[in-house]
Amino acid sequence: MSLKDIIAPFSVWKRALEKPYTNRKPIETRPGADRYRGFHQNAIDQCIGCGTCEEICQNNAIDLVPLEGKTSSHGDSGLRPKIDYGRCCWCALCVDICPTGSLGMSNEYIWITTDPEDFRFIPGGESKPWDDRAEGYRRAEGYDLLEAERVEMPMLSFEESQKSFIEMVQGYSKEQAMEEADRCVACGICIATCPAHMDVPAYIEAIRNDDMGEGLKIVYNANPLPASCGRVCSHACEYVCAMKHKGEAISIRWLKRYIIDQIYLGDYKEILKSADESNGKKIAVIGSGPGGLSAAYYLRLLGYEITVFDANEKAGGMLRYGIPEYRLPYEQVDKDVEYIRQLGVTINQDLKIGVDRDFKSLYDEYDAIFFSTGLKDPYGLEIAGEDLPGVQSGLDILDEVTKGKTPDIGKSVVVVGGGNVAMDAARTSRRYGAEVTILYRRREVDMPADEEEIHESQGEGCKLVTQAIPLRVEKGDSTRLKLFFGMAEMVDQGEGQRPKPVLIEGSEEVIECDSVITAIGQEADYSFIPEEIGKNLVFNRGMVQINEFRQTGDSKIFAGGDIANRKRDAISAIADGHSAAKGIDIYLTNFKEK
Amino acid sequence: MVKEKENSKFPPLVDGKSQYDLTSGKYLRVWQGPQHPGITGNMSLELTICGDEIIDCKTHVGYLHRGFEKLMERRKYIQCFPVVCRICVPEPDFNEYLFAACTEELAGIQIPERAEWIRTLNLEMARLTSFLMWIGGQAGSFGMGTIGQWTVTLRDYMLDLFEELTGGRIYHMYMLPGGVRADFPPGWINKLLDTLKTVEKTLDDVELAMMHNAVFKMRAKGLGIITPDMVDKYGITGPNARAAGVARDIRKDSPYLVYDKLDFEIVTGTKSDAYGRCEVRIKEMYQSIDLIRQIVEKMPKEGPFFTKLPNVLHWRIPAGHTYKRAECTRGEYGFYVQSDGSDKPRRTYVRGPSYTHAVALMEHLAIRTNIADTAGLMVSLHTYPPEIER
Ligand SMILES: Cc1cc2nc3c(=O)[nH]c(=O)nc-3n(C[C@H](O)[C@H](O)[C@H](O)COP(=O)(O)OP(=O)(O)OC[C@H]3O[C@@H](n4cnc5c(N)ncnc54)[C@H](O)[C@@H]3O)c2cc1C
Ligand code: SF4
Ligand code: SF4
Repeated sequence: MSLKDIIAPFSVWKRALEKPYTNRKPIETRPGADRYRGFHQNAIDQCIGCGTCEEICQNNAIDLVPLEGKTSSHGDSGLRPKIDYGRCCWCALCVDICPTGSLGMSNEYIWITTDPEDFRFIPGGESKPWDDRAEGYRRAEGYDLLEAERVEMPMLSFEESQKSFIEMVQGYSKEQAMEEADRCVACGICIATCPAHMDVPAYIEAIRNDDMGEGLKIVYNANPLPASCGRVCSHACEYVCAMKHKGEAISIRWLKRYIIDQIYLGDYKEILKSADESNGKKIAVIGSGPGGLSAAYYLRLLGYEITVFDANEKAGGMLRYGIPEYRLPYEQVDKDVEYIRQLGVTINQDLKIGVDRDFKSLYDEYDAIFFSTGLKDPYGLEIAGEDLPGVQSGLDILDEVTKGKTPDIGKSVVVVGGGNVAMDAARTSRRYGAEVTILYRRREVDMPADEEEIHESQGEGCKLVTQAIPLRVEKGDSTRLKLFFGMAEMVDQGEGQRPKPVLIEGSEEVIECDSVITAIGQEADYSFIPEEIGKNLVFNRGMVQINEFRQTGDSKIFAGGDIANRKRDAISAIADGHSAAKGIDIYLTNFKEK
Repeated sequence: MVKEKENSKFPPLVDGKSQYDLTSGKYLRVWQGPQHPGITGNMSLELTICGDEIIDCKTHVGYLHRGFEKLMERRKYIQCFPVVCRICVPEPDFNEYLFAACTEELAGIQIPERAEWIRTLNLEMARLTSFLMWIGGQAGSFGMGTIGQWTVTLRDYMLDLFEELTGGRIYHMYMLPGGVRADFPPGWINKLLDTLKTVEKTLDDVELAMMHNAVFKMRAKGLGIITPDMVDKYGITGPNARAAGVARDIRKDSPYLVYDKLDFEIVTGTKSDAYGRCEVRIKEMYQSIDLIRQIVEKMPKEGPFFTKLPNVLHWRIPAGHTYKRAECTRGEYGFYVQSDGSDKPRRTYVRGPSYTHAVALMEHLAIRTNIADTAGLMVSLHTYPPEIER
């Protein structure tokens, strides 16, 4: 103890002269820091109600609830997060994980109300003073809990791909598939959009668990043609995937393919459910495209005896006779078809109803009929010179290739059209060494073909000319053709309407080529249906009218696929087949609540 | 401990236990706590006194048990992240760091170098902030409330910095598996350096007003002496041990983060009584300030601060177990995490240094001290009940 110890403590007095630290009256409210984690904000129209925020919240403070004025639509559940501030711990993990980036936090931390119920509300849905506050917590650049980019798919280079029919997409390895499957947030927003309502998150989870058997079962619950769909499905699911809001959608289609590629056909029987015992009822299915095969599969499972009739030599419909091998190898179609056959479905090929056997006899012999006969009559261009030799349809060329013939197209080809058939015809022509030009009447953004098809056709060297309207075809030197076309301008048609291509008067150009391939659409041929039965069916603009169970105007006849739905893709045909199977089962009063 | 005197008024000690007869009317049993909301009252002491001297002390914990270790068994790894900081209110960051480090080790994740520097900075800031609060308690328990007010204000300035960096004042939720959640906001480093100057200046004043204060010296010197031989026996770590001359500091003994790149010596004392422990802590505060300045100078100025994790919603950690430790203000803070290969930790065990200090050691040291000194003694052991109980 020293004198200093007595005197030193008095030094505290010097502080009496300093400015006090504390806030003084009037009380100043102090705003939270720029990153303060205060009350939530949600950009309500950007939010898709995926519920990922709810999933990560460790306090169960978030509940997805309906919000007035929001309805569910493709890619939006119509629900919005409601937060209970009695539970919220302000961790902001919900903000970090939100795939759309709609959720954030304001820097507001003071809010006084007398009703405790007020502390449960839908941010952004129920207006609050901090809704437009710029300050507050946002996920920082450089920190992310989700992976925005998909695992790159190994592909043949364009240089290689345009020389052969080898499948271009080579498929994921196990590591790649697991990594891609890991990206999924399992929100399930895709399920509602998939026409067949496949349980996507569940089969993706099976991949994460490396349980291929489980994956196969889940897939077959809603889709009996997965080897094909895993390659060529139009993947509506990927357009609504929550992760697409952040970057790239989960590679849903290719993950499905991965599951199927891991399992030998011979092992399917062990894994999948077998057909119920025969119930003695017989169903005829006309057409062995995706629609027919799907109906056959699900009906067979229910114990019906199924006979499929198809005019082609092999089953698969357009999957085999339309889609080229570099996108969908025949052996993959075989794998799908073979399993359905093994389940006990009889498939009669080379048998055209209306020619080799009449419809009426099926109608009399079977308990019900499902037909999914597809569209195979190509539309004409309706221009002069269309009947010259060398003008042919894309469908015919693709059909010939499947049948093992070399198409007679020459060295230069003009393909007219902007859909998938046009792309397939163009890229097939490239593989036979032709120079290819694609003419399309609207803009590139208007093309109905998949984005990747357009990209790949150009990568393989097909030239695309847009806003080009064919005018006439004339004979050129020797076997050459001259295709005259005019340029179009896009004329606005008012809100909600696609702009229309209108020919610019006086514009005219010409391309010389060896063949003109038309691919502007196709229609159905119902001539196999006799008048006495046909009169009970209702047709509208070439399509058969059906109810939700795919039942036509004749209660014994069901229909689906391209002739009955406007989506005109494989998965919609498959969904039709499945619904028709349920419909037929109900119709035949065999329906069991399971 | 007061030396045994001839004809002492105290009952005899046998094997360190006081032999008294409560019915004799000579002794009184009183409870301190658990009503007190601060450090000395979140647990309670059952004191037997003779006059105003304590002759027996039993500690009772359990009033603050929140079951964190159990809660974590039902939460995915990422969901444990907002939970762990709450284990120790005044010093949440060590929990964040250790849980993240265990998870990273089990998952085989290497975090970016810059994240390691930022984490170290964060932990030293936490140390300084926590000590500022401790001074408040220590000074206050000996009737020097003014000093407590100064340092609690400084703590608030530190919390301002945490708020600007992490988005939260108390529960920062900043260090998560993979790194840290955000980079420094613009101008923040300068503000940090300015604040350190203010803290340093006030610490000089604290030294004068507290460490050179006759009253404080009289009360703190000789109170609760920890001898070097008690250190291992009681599992004593941190400043409590270092004040007794035992040079143990995990930052030096098994360096983690970037401590091996920093220049510092272990602070030790010569006598671990309440006064000696204060001296060590105050030196460690200056040391923390120095370490923060070193970090700011030496750390990479740019670069990633977070490593991409697998999708945290399905993240499964390979089976295994690990124990990680760090030197917090009170000594060895440790996390044991065991994974059974699933997406949730199978078992998490938190070793808080306060457990040993506040229970067995306190029972021992309290005997024969004056009841008026109990609070001061407890604070001089620097115990935080929330981490005793988890
Ligand atoms: C070139 C091309 C590319 C395509 N690319 C894709 C794609 O990438 N992704 C996608 O999802 N969809 C694609 N589609 C569309 C898809 O192939 C069809 O939507 C789908 O095949 C329709 O199935 P479906 O069951 O309605 O009929 P189809 O597949 O057309 O099958 C109809 C079957 O009925 C048979 N049939 C018809 N009439 C009779 C009769 N009278 N007697 C007996 N049998 C008969 C036919 O032989 C044929 O096998 C493509 C189509 C084409 C043409
Ligand atoms: S995660 Fe985002 S988009 Fe999804 S429901 Fe929550 S706030 Fe909406
Ligand atoms: S695939 Fe996309 S939409 Fe579907 S569950 Fe996963 S994240 Fe959600």
